[in-house]
Amino acid sequence: MADPVAPVSFTSLIETANLQLRRVPAWPAYPLAFGYVGWLVWLGATGGLGVEPVVALQRALGEAALYLLIAGLAVTPLRRHAGLNLLKFRRALGLSCFIFVVAHFLAWAVLDLQSLGRVWADIVKRPYITVGMAGFALLIPLALTSNNWSIRHLGARWRQLHRLTYAAALLGAVHYIMLVKGFQMRPLIFLAVILILLLLRLRPGRLAMRFQRG
Amino acid sequence: MARRWTNRLTENDITPEAAFLNRRQIMAGALGAAGASLMGLPQAAHAEALTPHPWEDITSYNNYYEFGTGKDDPAQNAHQLTTAPWSVTIDGLVERPGQYAFEDILAKMTIEERIYRFRCVEAWSMVVPWNGFELADLLNLAGVTSDAKYVAFETVLRPEEMPGTRTRVLDWPYVEGLRLDEAMHPLTIMATGIYGRDIPNQNGAPLRLVVPWKYGFKSIKSVVRITLTDKEPPTSWNKANAREYGFYSNVNPEVDHRRWSQASERVIGGGLFAKRQPTLMFNGYEDEVASLYKGMDLTRFF
Ligand code: HEM
Repeated sequence: MADPVAPVSFTSLIETANLQLRRVPAWPAYPLAFGYVGWLVWLGATGGLGVEPVVALQRALGEAALYLLIAGLAVTPLRRHAGLNLLKFRRALGLSCFIFVVAHFLAWAVLDLQSLGRVWADIVKRPYITVGMAGFALLIPLALTSNNWSIRHLGARWRQLHRLTYAAALLGAVHYIMLVKGFQMRPLIFLAVILILLLLRLRPGRLAMRFQRG
Repeated sequence: MARRWTNRLTENDITPEAAFLNRRQIMAGALGAAGASLMGLPQAAHAEALTPHPWEDITSYNNYYEFGTGKDDPAQNAHQLTTAPWSVTIDGLVERPGQYAFEDILAKMTIEERIYRFRCVEAWSMVVPWNGFELADLLNLAGVTSDAKYVAFETVLRPEEMPGTRTRVLDWPYVEGLRLDEAMHPLTIMATGIYGRDIPNQNGAPLRLVVPWKYGFKSIKSVVRITLTDKEPPTSWNKANAREYGFYSNVNPEVDHRRWSQASERVIGGGLFAKRQPTLMFNGYEDEVASLYKGMDLTRFF
């Protein structure tokens, strides 16, 4: 559904892209995500992440998770407003995000804090960790239901459930804002992008949403 | 141990790290505790079992927000800072206020090596072999008047040379402060070198404060102004977030920060699987400095 006033070349560009994308499989996202985690760990173990690899690893994984959350949120607006169809990649984006969040959490809990007592103390005492953890918690049911079987069996509730993505993305961005020191733009830009992507959904274009269901 | 040190070392004069360490160990052995107390220095100021971190670690992992908020930003950007000529304005409650040229200060000071633990509020730490002089000597040069109670410090502010100051991450210029007795304490130094070399820009060239029992952000870098006052001076992080950063900011494993537990720390350079270390009261300088805070509720005056 390209904008009718857009130049023809743009529409045809999108159509070509949609055609080409049909031939691109989504599954390589998973080996790529695991590969990226493995590569980062390897870099960290061999000095490639600088003199404080544990924190560098946590950061790289947190950023990757946030990028993928944003990419997942961009799928619907891109289709609705630009006609670009990336729906078939959305599950892979979401699950890759989850892989990074789990790795981000493990890097923090296992490599950084190194004890369950400290992990628990931080979750209840440090607001930015509490918020990150809430984001993580919301992603768990989403990851568990990111399969055809769940979509079939949950029906309309599946879509309702998966709106938790919005909250998870917001929590992720707020977590980032809370953890930087001083006034920094970067996390605010992430939040702004997420808010824009959410606002773009507020159009009364219900039909398009229905369409997504399959 | 005390020796004259001119700030004009060339590449050829630089003590190789290994040689430096060997020499240190020999000196520590020869002098021992007796030597230390002879010079009126608290023992912890000396080598004990501290092994300094490699030059590479010390000079590549820095917090110096004037050059960017990333840990490697200072190492990348700080070369833009002009550090010569340099002068420090010493004013306020002093007998001889004025601009003190860096060379003139150096000519009057005795440069010593001090191997100190350095503990960041972000719960990481390293060991740094500083070269520098006691702040007390500098303050005495200007002559502290009897009504002075605090010392305020200010970092240079040059947006054209310091890309990080072009956004208001903090209310620039960076300012810090100490109580006068903290400033006069023999552990408190102005550092001008590391490993016998000129201090690199990313570590606060040409001279910076080092207060080893306080969180790193108290040890203000590239100092251009020192003001003696009778009121507690404002400090940058306290202005940015008073709930999280107090004026004292003494290393204290029992007083948690809102973002980081201060009970333990990550020692820089240990790699991916290094164990956390317990954090020591006053960063291990309890014997030397605890008396400064006698009777104070350290959870209130954090
Ligand atoms: C929705 C889930 C999450 C997202 C999107 C997320 C994202 C991020 C991002 C973007 C950063 C900053 C990276 C940077 O500074 O460049 C970060 C840092 C961090 N996150 Fe998360 N995070 C999430 C969940 C969690 C959880 C569950 C924990 C632990 C319980 C956690 C702990 C941390 C820590 C400790 C840091 C700071 C690392 C440091 O700079 O010291 N995060 N996270």
